[in-house]
Amino acid sequence: MDLSFGPEYDDFRADVVSFLANNADKAPKGNDLRGEAAKDWQKLLIENGYTCRTIPKEYGGYGAEPDILKARIIAEEFSSARVNGGLGGQGISMLVPTLLEMGTQEQKEQFIRPTIHGDMLWCQGYSEPGAGSDLASLTTSAVLDGDEWVINGQKIWTSTAHIADWIFCLVRSEPDAPKHKGISFLLFDMKTPGIEVRPLVDMTGVANFNETFFTDVRLPKHQIVGERGEGWQVANAILGHERETLAPANTAQTRINALIELMKQETVNGDALINNPVYRERLMKIQGKVMAMRFNELRILSARLNPGQDPGLARMITKLEGTELRHDLEGLAIDVMGEMGLAYDDNPHLRNSGSWQREYMYFLGLIIGGGTSQIQKNIISERGLGMPREPKFEKAS
Amino acid sequence: MQFGLSEEQILLQDNVNRFLDDNSPLDRVRTYADGGEDTDIWAELAELGIPALLIPEAQGGIGLQPMDAAIVAECLGSHIAPTPFLGSAVMAPTALVASGGDHGDLLAAIAAGTTRVGIAFGEAIKRRNDAGVTVKDGRMSGTSMYAFDAQADVYLVADQHQHIYLVRADDPGLTRSHLATVDKTRRTVELEYNNVAAETVSTAASVFEAAIDMGRVALAADTLGAAQNMLDQAVEYAKQREQFNRPIGSFQAVKHMCAEMAAELEPCRSMVWFAGHALAELPEEARVTACHTKAHLAEVGQFVAKTSTEVHGGMGFTDLVGLHYWFKRIGANRQWLGAPEFVREEAAVLQGI
Repeated sequence: MDLSFGPEYDDFRADVVSFLANNADKAPKGNDLRGEAAKDWQKLLIENGYTCRTIPKEYGGYGAEPDILKARIIAEEFSSARVNGGLGGQGISMLVPTLLEMGTQEQKEQFIRPTIHGDMLWCQGYSEPGAGSDLASLTTSAVLDGDEWVINGQKIWTSTAHIADWIFCLVRSEPDAPKHKGISFLLFDMKTPGIEVRPLVDMTGVANFNETFFTDVRLPKHQIVGERGEGWQVANAILGHERETLAPANTAQTRINALIELMKQETVNGDALINNPVYRERLMKIQGKVMAMRFNELRILSARLNPGQDPGLARMITKLEGTELRHDLEGLAIDVMGEMGLAYDDNPHLRNSGSWQREYMYFLGLIIGGGTSQIQKNIISERGLGMPREPKFEKAS
Repeated sequence: MQFGLSEEQILLQDNVNRFLDDNSPLDRVRTYADGGEDTDIWAELAELGIPALLIPEAQGGIGLQPMDAAIVAECLGSHIAPTPFLGSAVMAPTALVASGGDHGDLLAAIAAGTTRVGIAFGEAIKRRNDAGVTVKDGRMSGTSMYAFDAQADVYLVADQHQHIYLVRADDPGLTRSHLATVDKTRRTVELEYNNVAAETVSTAASVFEAAIDMGRVALAADTLGAAQNMLDQAVEYAKQREQFNRPIGSFQAVKHMCAEMAAELEPCRSMVWFAGHALAELPEEARVTACHTKAHLAEVGQFVAKTSTEVHGGMGFTDLVGLHYWFKRIGANRQWLGAPEFVREEAAVLQGI
């Protein structure tokens, strides 16, 4: 057991801390994906290697060698300082790594730089009304007509489709092939004629999701990543990674510390909430779980650094456990505040900018999205524990 | 950076597990549960150096670390082995070494496996009813409940001030009576002191704390091993047992129970490792981590004990399969050295909350 990262990394951490101390005031507060302040901040972070760190310089990144510990230090320090870590969005988190791994030279040159600099915003067209957990049964069709693909069908849960410039989209291009082998991964401009976007308001009150309809949408044949029928493998190249990063333990740690502060400040009948034995007990119970998840993450980190070390099921369980834990944690904050915990929108009594209610609901969304908790349990039991699969039923014809 | 077991630790784990596979199978545990002895198992574990783990080399021990003791505790829990490990090999050496006193002979005898040291700390943690001990001029009176290791040669007894004393089991003023509990894999006793000679080992809170922290981490590790074993048995059973012409493990109702157990238990392994490591290397975090680890493992252990029994259906409820020995051991680990709510409150106080 050796928990030290080594002197080189101590120096690196000191650099990150000093960067944050000198620049944090320039960071945008919200999760704006388009504003000039967000773009300027993104550029500053890339210049210093604090985001898009391993993306090659020729595509507008920082161009560093992959270094798991440095990436970890950056995440830890930005999280504990509660400073915006740069632009998010599915273009940067999912498409760019996919292109780096499977894209053509032209695709890399055309798309990566504008995407990571915030000039090209993407949405992801995966789920459909009839293809949720069973994503591979998707039916949006792509038919080749000369040098053009013609797309017809509907996507759902397309985050940011209403503001996105482009979409990366899974379509059925080989209707006669087995379902996992008939899918292609296409890229197209959201201004193409035939696309209609209808906002879908979620329970937090925000319309971030959309329903997206395609009617005879035409795009050039070469706007495909990988070969025809390989779309499922292209999409899965990075899906597992997304799941692991949905609910990192260091954020849970930051949130529980914020909750402790809240409970010290808030009073009922003049006595701080932290002194209520029932609330204390619930707080400590969740703190113990957060602690276990932090150490679980250390084990995952260690297994990445030391090939040959077995992480067991540590990676497979993080999406399930991490999202449920955050939902519980945010919910405890609401409970201890009683009716004050209901404050929302422009209520003058909001605590922590209303984040407790927002995150409580947002994490219910994450429990469902990115592979539901029930799908996670299938994966853990079948792939992790080697239990028999559920018998499959073919579609009745 | 390396978070996990070293090669030496994996070797230690393999050795102890292999020994216990051969020497503490369920049938052997049943013999102990029905009134048999654990002396042969302990003597052979002494050959492997187990009682000497935490004792410095200068005192005839091996000088390993708390994390190593946690690794062995996990093996013992997995095999629900009847041994005096927690008192003799874990808590007593920790207290005796931390006290800084001259206990060379006793430590050497513990290391050799010839002297067993029991622990009677219950009253210093939370005094129940009218139990409790007082010491005046080197003589002890009162009662300790649920002291563990029924066959110890000497006991370390803590009073309400967390002062630790050494008493001999053969002192004419000491009455030792068996206290039956649900857990038949280890025996507890009530000790009644009537003017018993008591040698002061320590009056420092830090010594008591060192022993209790190490004991709690060892109990958490014991639960980790026992719970993992129950989960493994449940998964195996669900793969074999067929109903409706299918293995029951192919039903989501059953496989999701197993997934939930695995998802809760997997982080516990990292938590036990970290807690063991912290006891030796991270004094700032060690105490809070020990409390949380004890409490969290108690909760997850209870969930796994119940759920894995359910996966076995009616057979899980019988004596035939013997799952109940693990169930009860996990139940006992939960209460020993502080039940979860009690330990979590301690974690809060330690953080200044």
